[in-house]
Amino acid sequence: MMIPGVDGFMYPNEVELQWSVLIVLYPYITGLVAGAFILASLERVFKVDAVRPTYRLALLTALAFLLVAPLPLQLHLGHPERSFEMYLTPHTSSAMAMFGFVYLWYLTVVLLLEIWLEYRAEIVQLALSSQGLKRWIYRVLTLGSYNVSPEARRVDDKVGYAVTVIGIPSAFLLHGYVGFIFGSVKANPWWSSPLMPIVFLFSAMVSGIAAVMVLYAVSMKLRKTVIDMRCLDTIARYLFYTFVIDFTLEMLDLVHRTYESDESFRSLDFMVHTRLWGSQVILQIFLGTLVPLALLAGTQLFRIAEGRRKAMYMTAGGLTLIGIFAMRWNVVIGGQLFSKSFLGYTSYKMELVTREGLVPAILLMLLPFAIFLVLVKLLPPWQEGKAHEA
Amino acid sequence: MDISRRDLFQIGGKILVLASVGATLEQITGAAPPSDAYRMADHWWGMIIDIDQCIGCGNCVRACSRENNVPEGYFRTWVERYQIEEEDKPPRVESPNGAMDGFPPLTRTDLKSFYVPKLCNHCADSPCVQVCPVGATFVSPDGVVLVDETYCLGCRYCVQACPYGCRYLHPAKNTVDKCTLCYHRITQGLTTACCENCPTGARLLVDFKNPKDPVHEILRTHKVEVLKPYMATRAKVYYENLDGAVR
Repeated sequence: MMIPGVDGFMYPNEVELQWSVLIVLYPYITGLVAGAFILASLERVFKVDAVRPTYRLALLTALAFLLVAPLPLQLHLGHPERSFEMYLTPHTSSAMAMFGFVYLWYLTVVLLLEIWLEYRAEIVQLALSSQGLKRWIYRVLTLGSYNVSPEARRVDDKVGYAVTVIGIPSAFLLHGYVGFIFGSVKANPWWSSPLMPIVFLFSAMVSGIAAVMVLYAVSMKLRKTVIDMRCLDTIARYLFYTFVIDFTLEMLDLVHRTYESDESFRSLDFMVHTRLWGSQVILQIFLGTLVPLALLAGTQLFRIAEGRRKAMYMTAGGLTLIGIFAMRWNVVIGGQLFSKSFLGYTSYKMELVTREGLVPAILLMLLPFAIFLVLVKLLPPWQEGKAHEA
Repeated sequence: MDISRRDLFQIGGKILVLASVGATLEQITGAAPPSDAYRMADHWWGMIIDIDQCIGCGNCVRACSRENNVPEGYFRTWVERYQIEEEDKPPRVESPNGAMDGFPPLTRTDLKSFYVPKLCNHCADSPCVQVCPVGATFVSPDGVVLVDETYCLGCRYCVQACPYGCRYLHPAKNTVDKCTLCYHRITQGLTTACCENCPTGARLLVDFKNPKDPVHEILRTHKVEVLKPYMATRAKVYYENLDGAVR
């Protein structure tokens, strides 16, 4: 008896995929957060002055995506109303139980605090100068602190620096941890790898840097402002370096699996050549990795005119974002397409308007951009001509 | 509902008669017996399955489904049929509807063929228990892996962590469901529905803490194996005459 969408033998309970496109969004979104924050820290901690125009933009991008990060998980749960139990009675041996704490730490201790300290002087100024509702919003955002004396700003800057220093390992923790959730599942050879956290981390940096680079260029275009090419070149250079490390790690994983050829290899190899051919080989490796790497390498090796360079950066950035999404897809969905018996394959039938369907997934991907627009309106990140107060 | 004096006398009379022949109130009402009759610490449950005894009739699957109201299309237990042509070729495996209706006749009789009943392995080191973010799935003191459906979030991390494909999301309850080793029966001194309905005795519920249980003799005198021993889950479902091709 044939089951539609199934080839070979699946354990009967395996036919239906348990983790949907929403779980693909979860590592993708947290990756963008971690990557954007690490880009911001380049300026703050490592004093890469060239990327300063994107410092605030990167922080707001990270916050917009971080606010959305738990939503796909929440929507996916069979009983979302019980999710608070993870905070009240966390099971200490569970990797997933730590999510809430890692998330809260990152949101409150790192990101909100850093943004508040960065914007505090402007918030106070706006609280005093705005009218009506805006005045009230900014007054709340001051948290009652109106002291913006040079001494107070020096303290802000010192604390902000410390927060960023803490924030870098926290960003590593946030996304390395997401990789661990998958990498520690010993029952699944597609996931089970000690390289998984580090691969997730570098791919997160790649996606976050690419996202900020594209957002910066698009914002400047929309605002009809000149793009700071020194900034764009520097971001692209960091994107290239990070991408090389990320690609090397992924290839190391591939070479290791192929050379080792354990029990699962034949099954996984067949899956990559059939069901995952389009999303893994074409989209992730070729279009999403090799093409952007070639474009970025080209800008490093050859002297290319500014206009063409911009186009190359944008193409590379856009393809990178698609490629990293494909990578998350291949990990989450690919990891459920083969049977743990290694004797068969199932298919993922994405629904459209159900709770875990395509429409909620698209809305969840658009939501961070809506939040980003509000944040940009509330806390303008544009700093043309301004010297950093540090 | 109005109860007349006559009805009252009739019900009272029946209770008196049943009680006089030794029936407990629980048996009359159908409720569970007092829990103090069963001491969890005295038991450590598991199962032994003899592959050579299984005829693939699917009685166990049907009995389990009836006993536990297993939703259609999901399985707390199922039976697989293996057909092996040559050792270096992948085996042909099938389990049509979990073997709820048995198997169609074999088309080839020159192949090595056998049936493998599957269920939760009630592992002592369960990966599913390890990963549950709220501890809704747990190993009971008597060695049964259970899910507290009033606590389960339905995140399905445990489904991913189970190497044997034994878990599923209950479509009506939205919580994870699996074999409970008929916990409601074994704590009353009964065997599981699958064991009780197996016509050949291929499945045997065993209590490792009971010194008189036949499991000790079987483990001493027979060659047994667990599924995927390299997963190091300390599975408590043992198989006699298990072929190396079984996954």
